[in-house]
Amino acid sequence: MERSNVDITNLQIGFGGLKVLENLDLHVGASEFLVLLGPSGCGKSTLLNAIAGLIDVKGGEIRIGDRDVTWAEPKDRGIAMVFQSYALYPRMSVRKNMSFGLKVARTPQDEIDSRVGEAAKMLRLTELLDRRPSELSGGQRQRVAIGRALVRHAGVYLFDEPLSNLDAQLRAELRVEIKRLHARLGATMIYVTHDQIEALTLADRIAVMQGGVIQQLDTPSKIYREPVNRFVASFVGSPAMNFLRGRIVRDGGLTFIAGETGFDLNGYAFRSPPSDAPAVLGIRPEHIEITGSDHPSSVTARVEMVEPMGADALVWCRLADGTAFSFRSDADASARSGDLLALRFPAEAFSLFDDQDGQRL
Amino acid sequence: MSATALKSGRPKRVNPARWGLYAFILITALYFLLPLYVMIVTSLKPMAEIRQGHLLALPASPSLAAWVKAWTSACTGLTCEGIRVGFFNSLRILVPSVVISITVGSLTGYALSLWRVRGANILFGAMMVVAFIPYQVFIYPLVRVFSFTGLGQSLATIVTIHTIFGLPTMTLLFRNYFTSLPVELFKAARIDGAGFYQIYARIMMPMATPMIVVAVILQTTGIWNDFILGLVFAGRDNLPMTVQLNNIVNSTQGERAYNVDMAATLLTALLPLVIYFGSGRWFVRGIAAGAVKG
Repeated sequence: MERSNVDITNLQIGFGGLKVLENLDLHVGASEFLVLLGPSGCGKSTLLNAIAGLIDVKGGEIRIGDRDVTWAEPKDRGIAMVFQSYALYPRMSVRKNMSFGLKVARTPQDEIDSRVGEAAKMLRLTELLDRRPSELSGGQRQRVAIGRALVRHAGVYLFDEPLSNLDAQLRAELRVEIKRLHARLGATMIYVTHDQIEALTLADRIAVMQGGVIQQLDTPSKIYREPVNRFVASFVGSPAMNFLRGRIVRDGGLTFIAGETGFDLNGYAFRSPPSDAPAVLGIRPEHIEITGSDHPSSVTARVEMVEPMGADALVWCRLADGTAFSFRSDADASARSGDLLALRFPAEAFSLFDDQDGQRL
Repeated sequence: MSATALKSGRPKRVNPARWGLYAFILITALYFLLPLYVMIVTSLKPMAEIRQGHLLALPASPSLAAWVKAWTSACTGLTCEGIRVGFFNSLRILVPSVVISITVGSLTGYALSLWRVRGANILFGAMMVVAFIPYQVFIYPLVRVFSFTGLGQSLATIVTIHTIFGLPTMTLLFRNYFTSLPVELFKAARIDGAGFYQIYARIMMPMATPMIVVAVILQTTGIWNDFILGLVFAGRDNLPMTVQLNNIVNSTQGERAYNVDMAATLLTALLPLVIYFGSGRWFVRGIAAGAVKG
């Protein structure tokens, strides 16, 4: 199977006077699983449709497998695509749905049969081949849609929110199936989603988008641990990252002061030398730990409420000045609302952002 | 939901308002059925019985003689071969007109809805405006156009005319239906490499069955009932049934053969009636399918 790289340079897309994407660059390596992640309206689907050739671009260049396809027809780009609404042809059987593209391309019948058979086996669709889409469940329909893409033996597979129409359980199942498929085929995949869990679990690299701009393009763990700005930090991760407003103060060591509470910044890797300025401290709920009150840098907070979540519990607290935050504790932890807790905020896990532009410090 | 649940939930009380409603429906039904009844009984009576003037009376000895005469030997102008000539003329006009107008209309609707044709909205708007202009306005210019192109009055001319006048409605019907389909279906077909006509013929039209049924009904009744266009454009040899019926009814010498007139009229109305009764279920389903997606 062919595995193409995708190179997008200086891409511009607009509808009328509205600019959706401007000067966008993106390079996807062969066999890479890239996820475009962002809220609705951020331009991620537009970008995917442009790669597919389903919308016209205003400027820039799209290369797939080192071939300039900026103005090529969708069928000539060596791509296959899976849609959110499945988009199965309702009047055709599963088999016909999967072989339609090959028939149009005048592939010999025995080749069609072997490719459809292979894809059906891979996706456990063999028994369903003669059914109509209306006789299938949502999960089965989406598997057929994936199968229809696979038989094309494309260089790049595009997924446009393929799991968004499914219920939570099916979504988790199919997510694993897609990941397995990628591992098995080693195909290049570009996957659009607004679900950060999907992005974190599937991606080799994630491009977090907002307002038509790629905010951060990195591995899932980098995106999770070192978000480059407040948007990325707040969009990725569930439960969401805590943000405390305050300022950085230099008093021998470096301290972050939020209200009356000080947080030791010793151990935080600053990108540039820190200055005395208003800032926002971000920390994920799972990085805050309960500690003894004798710990030198412990912070005291009052428990407001506890949300049990099965494997663990989310504890909502307030600092002395009223700033709210949450942290993750063991499910059997004995925190009760009203308790006073001593907590440790490890500086290595902080993300500090400029209060003005939201960029990481 | 089970039937018992429905039954127990509904109060069974017929109030005066409901009686009023039933009375209204009954009177309306009678109003429309009475003429039909008179036509049928009259067509089954001999002239001697009709002359007695008992309009509503059932025929003493029902006879199909008038029907046979209307079909085979009533005089439509100079020839006396019955209305069957008109029936087959109408059929020869109807079939190609319906097929071609639906094909052209659905293709136009498909192009205007799914392909981003430059100026599609203006084009569509113009077509809708034209649909509201009374077509009497076009008749004389069109006569000139067709005589200039040498087509004159012929079967081809009347089929072309019906196709043109059916275009706005057919386009509207199919455009709205195709717009209601998920656009991703169209995108998927494009990625599968299907072209303009392949997507039309292999993806879109098979899905449009309910719309095709609606279109067939609309066009069949419209074209079958047409009088003026057929009279003007079909030519002497292809005059449709409606024109022939008019000749039978309005150009009789001597005593007016009411029974033959009635029979001829019923024969002319037969095809639209069959279409309506035969496809009413489909008609409703088609309209509903256009309204809600899927």
